[in-house]
Amino acid sequence: MNTVNENTETAKPEKRFLEAWRMFASNKAALLGLVLGVLITALTIFGPAIYPTDPFEIVSMPMSPPGEELLLGTDYLGRDILAGIVHGARTTVLVGFSATFFTLIIGILIGVLAGFYGGWVENFLMRVTEFFQVLPALLLAMVLVALFSPSLLTIIFAIGVVSWTPVARLTRAEFLKIKEREFVVAERAIGATNRSIMWKVMLPNAAPPLIVAATLGVGVAILFEAALSFLGLGDPNAFSWGYMIGASRDFIWDTWWAVTFPGVAIFLTVLSISLIGDGLNDALNPKLRLIK
Amino acid sequence: MGSCSATIGVFLKILFSIFRKAIYSLVLLLAVIVLNFLLLHIAPGDPVETLVAEMGGATPELIAQLRSDYGLDKSFPEQLLNYCLRMAQGDLGMSFTYDQPVIDIILGRLSATLILVLTALVLAVTTGTILGIMAAQRPKSVFSGLVSVISLAGYAAPVFWTGIMLLILFSYLIPLFPSFGMVEVGSSGGALDHFLDVLHHLVLPALTLASIYLAVYSRIARASMMDVLGSDYIRTARSKGLSERTVVYKHALKNAVLPVVTMAGLQFSQLIAGAVVVETVFSWPGMGQLAFESILRRDYTLLLGILFFSTLIVIVVNFLTDLSYRLLDPRIK
Repeated sequence: MNTVNENTETAKPEKRFLEAWRMFASNKAALLGLVLGVLITALTIFGPAIYPTDPFEIVSMPMSPPGEELLLGTDYLGRDILAGIVHGARTTVLVGFSATFFTLIIGILIGVLAGFYGGWVENFLMRVTEFFQVLPALLLAMVLVALFSPSLLTIIFAIGVVSWTPVARLTRAEFLKIKEREFVVAERAIGATNRSIMWKVMLPNAAPPLIVAATLGVGVAILFEAALSFLGLGDPNAFSWGYMIGASRDFIWDTWWAVTFPGVAIFLTVLSISLIGDGLNDALNPKLRLIK
Repeated sequence: MGSCSATIGVFLKILFSIFRKAIYSLVLLLAVIVLNFLLLHIAPGDPVETLVAEMGGATPELIAQLRSDYGLDKSFPEQLLNYCLRMAQGDLGMSFTYDQPVIDIILGRLSATLILVLTALVLAVTTGTILGIMAAQRPKSVFSGLVSVISLAGYAAPVFWTGIMLLILFSYLIPLFPSFGMVEVGSSGGALDHFLDVLHHLVLPALTLASIYLAVYSRIARASMMDVLGSDYIRTARSKGLSERTVVYKHALKNAVLPVVTMAGLQFSQLIAGAVVVETVFSWPGMGQLAFESILRRDYTLLLGILFFSTLIVIVVNFLTDLSYRLLDPRIK
């Protein structure tokens, strides 16, 4: 990105957006991800209304194979797998987005402070970041959820606590890159407060890589939620795909469908997010595209 | 003479940097101990309450006696200091469900986890590098596209599900591998039989754990190989008329592999965490399965002991990775 380019970009943000969209739309894999994403979003919003069967309720013969009585069969208790998939989507999406939001808040705050102030503040915050990187993430999340007792809130909290470090490092790196750029120096010269330079000038300019990281972060959060629920640390009142697989774990020989379909759902969701994230990466950071 | 003292100077510098890194690792370890202590304080029920519940009630005098035995009547900083001292001596507390010192239980499970994690690591690094390099040589080919697809799929599939799918495929539909454990129940062969038995049990869990990292490493290897293949010294090697094979495997490989190794070192903590899930799926008798069991039994002393011990392993591995770098490449400060 050179200075001239930067000026036109700040002058016409909608043009920049259009350009990014054109680049995104020309990427077949990214479009596939987007279509998948739209379908999954529709499932979360309209699914439970269209298919209101309670996923916790025993509705049919236990272990009935797919297509016999119900489209995707029932689990070892006789619960409808399709109902589980439809209603579990909400938990997955809710936790995925909320946990990512929480991750971004911690990561951006620490990254911004470290990158802006430098010196001992940066030193200290980066040591804290390194400390969290050494801890095995899933294990720490398990400990946190187990200690605070499993609920959607503790799961979101635990995922945030264990996954903010890449965001902090990325934000700091971006801040170090643009710290000495003209528009920042100019703001300083006209007497803008530190707070306004940090949040109103520098952070928006560091946004493109953060948007990509946030998108991919949703996928990571969903995988974390699935793993925690699989290990029996899910919210007992919220039906989730990971829980379905964990519950039918001891019956995989008898009911392969009960563990396969929820996994396919998780797989497609995370795949869609990865494809969108990769597409955004190419569209928002065109320079990286050349290296790739 | 001059060059000799310069060598000594470099050597001292390396020694000093190793010393600094060692101190840093110790500080990290201390921070982990403090975190553990804080988490233990949050945990519902202190050891005495648990003991009393186990005994089915006790007199107030006995409870007071137990509290002072466990040092729970002391002030917060004193308790923290005591805790650090005990941890330094390798005392991670008692597990009330196993009725054994936590450290003994963990050490009993350590080798199983290390076998699984190291096999998966080697598998992921070698296969990932090879796939990435082959893809980098023909970036527009079908093969390269296939590697990208595998890498995407390996990343998007939850590990435990990959494991279960492999179990259904290769243990049930095509019964090639055993479905749980590390050795056959009641087997009594020689050392070689035992080794083969463990190997047979290891295939599916190691493949499962490797699958996620395989995706990551093949991506990194592909990117870094393409980067290296575009550099000047490779152009020189090519213009000398060396065969493509020599250029790629003798000249480029060494530099292209470095980012993969760096990543593998950095991600070791994630590998340990991944082992928790994989061990649970395959009933592999390591620390991860122990963590799962300790949650079921609400044995928080044991659970936090596992968190501490696995972090200790990560710190040691990071230190060793760093050390080998410094010894191999004195340019790294």
